[in-house]
Amino acid sequence: MSLHLILFLTFGAVCVAGAVNLLAQRHPINSALSLIAVMGALAGEYLLLGAEFVAAIQLIVYAGAIMVLFVFTIMLLNAGEEERTKGSRVAILLGVPGMLIGGTLVAWVLLRHSGTGSAPVGALLGDPKTIGQLLFHEFLLPFEVTSILILIAIMGAVVLATKPEATENRKAR
Amino acid sequence: MVPLSYYLLLSSILFACGVAGFLIKRNIITIFMSIELMLNGVNLSFVAFAAHWHRLSGQVFVFFVMVVAAAEAAVGLAIIISVYRTRETLNVDQVNLLKL
Amino acid sequence: MSIGTFILVSVIKSALTLFVLLTAVAYTVWLERKVVGHMQNRWGPTRVGPFGLLQPAADGIKFLFKEDLTPPHVYKPLYIAAPVLAVVFALTSISVIPIGNWITIAGVHTPLQITDVNIGLLMILGVTSMGVYGVALAGWSSNNKYSLLGGLRASAQMVSYEISLGLSLVGVLIMSGSFSLRAIVDAQGGRFWGFIPRWNIFQGQIIGFLVYLVAAYAETNRIPFDLPEAETELVAGYHTEYSAMKFAMFFMAEYANMITVACLATLLFFGGWHGPIGGPPVFEALLPVFWFVAKVFVFLFIYIWVRGTLPRFRYDQLMAFGWKFLLPMAIANVVATAVAVAW
Repeated sequence: MSLHLILFLTFGAVCVAGAVNLLAQRHPINSALSLIAVMGALAGEYLLLGAEFVAAIQLIVYAGAIMVLFVFTIMLLNAGEEERTKGSRVAILLGVPGMLIGGTLVAWVLLRHSGTGSAPVGALLGDPKTIGQLLFHEFLLPFEVTSILILIAIMGAVVLATKPEATENRKAR
Repeated sequence: MVPLSYYLLLSSILFACGVAGFLIKRNIITIFMSIELMLNGVNLSFVAFAAHWHRLSGQVFVFFVMVVAAAEAAVGLAIIISVYRTRETLNVDQVNLLKL
Repeated sequence: MSIGTFILVSVIKSALTLFVLLTAVAYTVWLERKVVGHMQNRWGPTRVGPFGLLQPAADGIKFLFKEDLTPPHVYKPLYIAAPVLAVVFALTSISVIPIGNWITIAGVHTPLQITDVNIGLLMILGVTSMGVYGVALAGWSSNNKYSLLGGLRASAQMVSYEISLGLSLVGVLIMSGSFSLRAIVDAQGGRFWGFIPRWNIFQGQIIGFLVYLVAAYAETNRIPFDLPEAETELVAGYHTEYSAMKFAMFFMAEYANMITVACLATLLFFGGWHGPIGGPPVFEALLPVFWFVAKVFVFLFIYIWVRGTLPRFRYDQLMAFGWKFLLPMAIANVVATAVAVAW
């Protein structure tokens, strides 16, 4: 077994364990923490694929900013344990075997074709310079469009999260 | 060297977990997190394909997905906060009325 | 270099860096108590050892032997994990910081740095942005209203100031064209007209530096931005419920973060290990390290000086300052640098 494969399996195991734990935990803060673990392990997988810039951005943006926002909201709303609603028996009886069959089929189809997915060690596919050139030349229009999207999202978040009373007070003034 | 199919398999497992979480979870914040999990699974397949075809476009797409995820998280959490303000619950089963 | 030598050298370097960092943390605490003491016309620690120099050791022993209380109402797994997270993330970021040139000892040619990754700066930003979890989870898991308020304040403040912090570094990145800290320092070697060093601060990054310094003070929760632990309103903020070694871990994390910030300021804006004057060639290997440590010391002193001088901000002032003043300044600096470099 090569070092690459061992590392892939380690990070992959953390990913799957975190994802399953997200489903199993009842308290949202535990789910959030397992999602952070998934994101950290995914950053490791990106490093294996030679995409080190994406790995760093994954840590900064996903694990360091978006998930902080989630944790912040959970803390702010003081979210408690969720109430379980009992699913129907048919869903369990049909769903679990169906999921297993579907999963096996997908796995079989995927594993039949084997191309290599990982970059050779030391080969830098995604160094910041090349990505920057690609981003600001070929993908300039999508880049500008996403910046407008972000701007609209900021304004939307501000409008939604301000208390109604605060706006009325300002109008009255 | 790790075959591409392993990465795709991992990516599909993550995506499936995200879908399952979206369906079975009842807390609106956890449902949101399941969506993030799905996006992460898709990102992994993008990066794996980028390494497979030696094209960087896949990695650039991951940035766009992240930007969209950030915008979605900002607006989504703001909506959750305003829903909580009026309903005082985070359970999606109790947020099914159009009028209070 | 064979894989065996590589592992050996890495282990030695990591152990040495950790030892030096922890000692530096302990003596920064001593320095702070001493300097603030003198600023307030007191003596600071004097009893343990000459000039109180053994005070850090005494404090360490005290923290170790104190009873480790776990209040009954806390959420235990996260209550224990939070200080560990804080200290781990604080200590990790030091691993990519270079402190000097390459050296050769016993035939092994190695840089004075644990590892030189070419996204070093991004890695530090990523790890420090994860550091907020330690504070936020400590506040939440303590199950105490003061701790919760402290944790909420900390996460909101750190996320807000992270943007200004990241943008203030973009000017330096545009000028050096690399994320590797070693490459950034190497780009600052040499002098203008033979006497002004080509440090980034003398190349027009003065606004970038000031924005970085202010944002970094907020990131490390230091006065005047120490609202997460504002003792006049929140008892002790996020670490109200912590005692003994767990409290000491938060303390260590805070001071290790201070040292990282000082190292980054030195590397990015003040030429790293390039000194203002040369020295005799005998000290060629050690002089860069001396300059580096001296500059870091100056920044730590400024930290303490600010603490002894400024009062605490109010929370709305903090947010307004970060979003309405610091962020536009950082963006203006990025635009100005980009125009200057392109022109």
